[in-house]
Amino acid sequence: MAEVKTFELKNKLGMHARPAANLVKVAQKFKSDIYLEYNGQTVNGKSILGLLTMACPYKGKLTVRIEGPDGAEAMQALGALIENKFGED
Amino acid sequence: MSGDHGKKTFVLKGIGVSPGIVTGKAYLFDPVDIQLSFYKLNDASLIPVEIKRFKNALKESERQLLEIQNDLKKTKINEPLYVIDVHILILNDKNFITRTIKYIRRLGINAEWAVRLVLDRYKKIFAGVEDSYISGRISDIEYVTQRVLRNLSGKKRETIWELGDDVIVIAQDISPADTAQLKMEKVMGFATDFGGRTSHTAIVARSMEIPAVAGLDNITQLVHTTDNVIVDGTTGLVIVNPHPEMLKRYEVKKLHYAATQEEYLKYAKLPAVTKDNYHIKIGGNIEFVEEIPMAITHGAEHVGLYRTEFIYITSEKLPTEEDHFNNYRQVVEAKELNWSTIRTFDLGGDKFPSNQKPLKELNPQMGLRAIRFCLREVELFKTQLRAIWRVGAIGKVKILFPMISGVEEVIEAKKLLREAREELVAEGVQVASEMEIGAMIEVPSAVVIADKLAREVDFFSIGTNDLIQYALAIDRSNEHLTYLYEPLHPAVLRLLKRVVDEAHKANIRVAMCGEMAGDPLCCLILLGMELDELSMNHLDIPRIKRIIRKSSLEEAKVLLEKAMSFSIASDVRTYVQDYMTQHFPQEFQKDED
Repeated sequence: MAEVKTFELKNKLGMHARPAANLVKVAQKFKSDIYLEYNGQTVNGKSILGLLTMACPYKGKLTVRIEGPDGAEAMQALGALIENKFGED
Repeated sequence: MSGDHGKKTFVLKGIGVSPGIVTGKAYLFDPVDIQLSFYKLNDASLIPVEIKRFKNALKESERQLLEIQNDLKKTKINEPLYVIDVHILILNDKNFITRTIKYIRRLGINAEWAVRLVLDRYKKIFAGVEDSYISGRISDIEYVTQRVLRNLSGKKRETIWELGDDVIVIAQDISPADTAQLKMEKVMGFATDFGGRTSHTAIVARSMEIPAVAGLDNITQLVHTTDNVIVDGTTGLVIVNPHPEMLKRYEVKKLHYAATQEEYLKYAKLPAVTKDNYHIKIGGNIEFVEEIPMAITHGAEHVGLYRTEFIYITSEKLPTEEDHFNNYRQVVEAKELNWSTIRTFDLGGDKFPSNQKPLKELNPQMGLRAIRFCLREVELFKTQLRAIWRVGAIGKVKILFPMISGVEEVIEAKKLLREAREELVAEGVQVASEMEIGAMIEVPSAVVIADKLAREVDFFSIGTNDLIQYALAIDRSNEHLTYLYEPLHPAVLRLLKRVVDEAHKANIRVAMCGEMAGDPLCCLILLGMELDELSMNHLDIPRIKRIIRKSSLEEAKVLLEKAMSFSIASDVRTYVQDYMTQHFPQEFQKDED
């Protein structure tokens, strides 16, 4: 069963290196497969290169899709991170 | 040597700077930048090896980054820490890793090449990103791949040598210090972009007795690591990816060359005496103690030039008096040598950054170096002088001061030499009772005042490399000017003649230790001038001795007189060349190729 949720990026610089690094580090803690979608492009949430190439900007709509045993916890952790502007500004 | 017929064969013409013929695999050496070589794997069994190399390089890169991160944490600078986080995440990125491995597997290429392809791919993707901040992140990926490539190349050195024993080093230039980075016992030859007969490459190659061709302009751009290469240091040709037939022909030539070398060695131990009984003493030029046995088997009767720069270049710290002494002792302890001429170090301020501000000189050849530097850095100089006095107590030693341009330099150097001895005696240290002092004649002004200089020293030693360069105003590292570098230039002949004549008028001996001394073509010209000693690379000794033994002083004088009557350098050369090939046909066989 997949968890799907869409967030709006609230940090000014969008999905740049530091948020991407934070997001990947959190995602890697979970067993579930984590996918991020933006603007019709889907990338692996555990790959920093994928996240960077997606280039999701400020106020961009980022959809998180998680498939796996710890999907609910993963969604909660990632959601908190995104809502908290990845701990910056 | 098979399997390369598909590659394009081409021939490059340079300057043969160390004789002999060798065939082998090219290895591109670049001491400054990261050395990268891209090649296809010959065999599917190499694929797992490449993948392992790639993974090891990743592991090593991560280890290095974590170390850097830890160091940064200690300094409490947190800002760049996340950048390193990003880099480590990139290193461990599955996309990055699986894609690289896929390239190695599918394309059958080495890890370096695969990493490069992955980087190129990301470059393309990021170039398409509109957000300039994000598209700028390619620099992080570049940084990480550079690190991985660097770690791959560190490992690669070993794997390259595993390709085989016959390695031909292709480089822009080779310095004595570079040789430390190379596994020299596997190196069979050199081919370089820069340099002429007196370049570092030439000196290193000849001292190691391996063929070398220099002044090839851009061989580093044309040849790839693992290409098959023939280096013919006798004719100055480099053949890349030769046809099998060509290769066969060169194998025959190689054997022929080795056979003549053996023939020459028979003459090596005989004295260089002409038919009319004129005796020239033949010495060897050495740079490393290890060269002495070879010099002796090739017929060196003494060391006419011991270059001491090596002692400074190879050690991290300034060499101590003991370092000098231990090196010199090994030279003078060789019983077969009648004496050793130690030339005090010919280096400039750029080699001694700890003693003063590093000098950026526009023209270091004419800069603060050799005796000029020594007279300024007296303590540095005295360390060497003390060691020379001490070793003089063990064996026969002469001292030679380089780059003398005026009498006052000799007077000053002699004063320091005397002081060094007095200090040692006061300390109760064993020293030589006396020492012959020589001046290098390599600056044109020294030739002009040779009569005055001769009163101050016991012998002259002509350094033709620099003398020709200064007299004809040519930068010897500029390969476009190589054609002007002409030892048989009428002006050079007059300079040399003057030095010999003035020395003999003052009753002192005169030696030559430059490249010209070992050039068989110039042999009779020098004989005709009545030089007392010739010192050369040991490889040249047997041939020079053979020519001298077959000639007479009388004919040499006639040849010299005729040669000096020409006004144009090329006329001199043509005349001398014709004479030598006619009178010594065995020594000057024409190459058919």
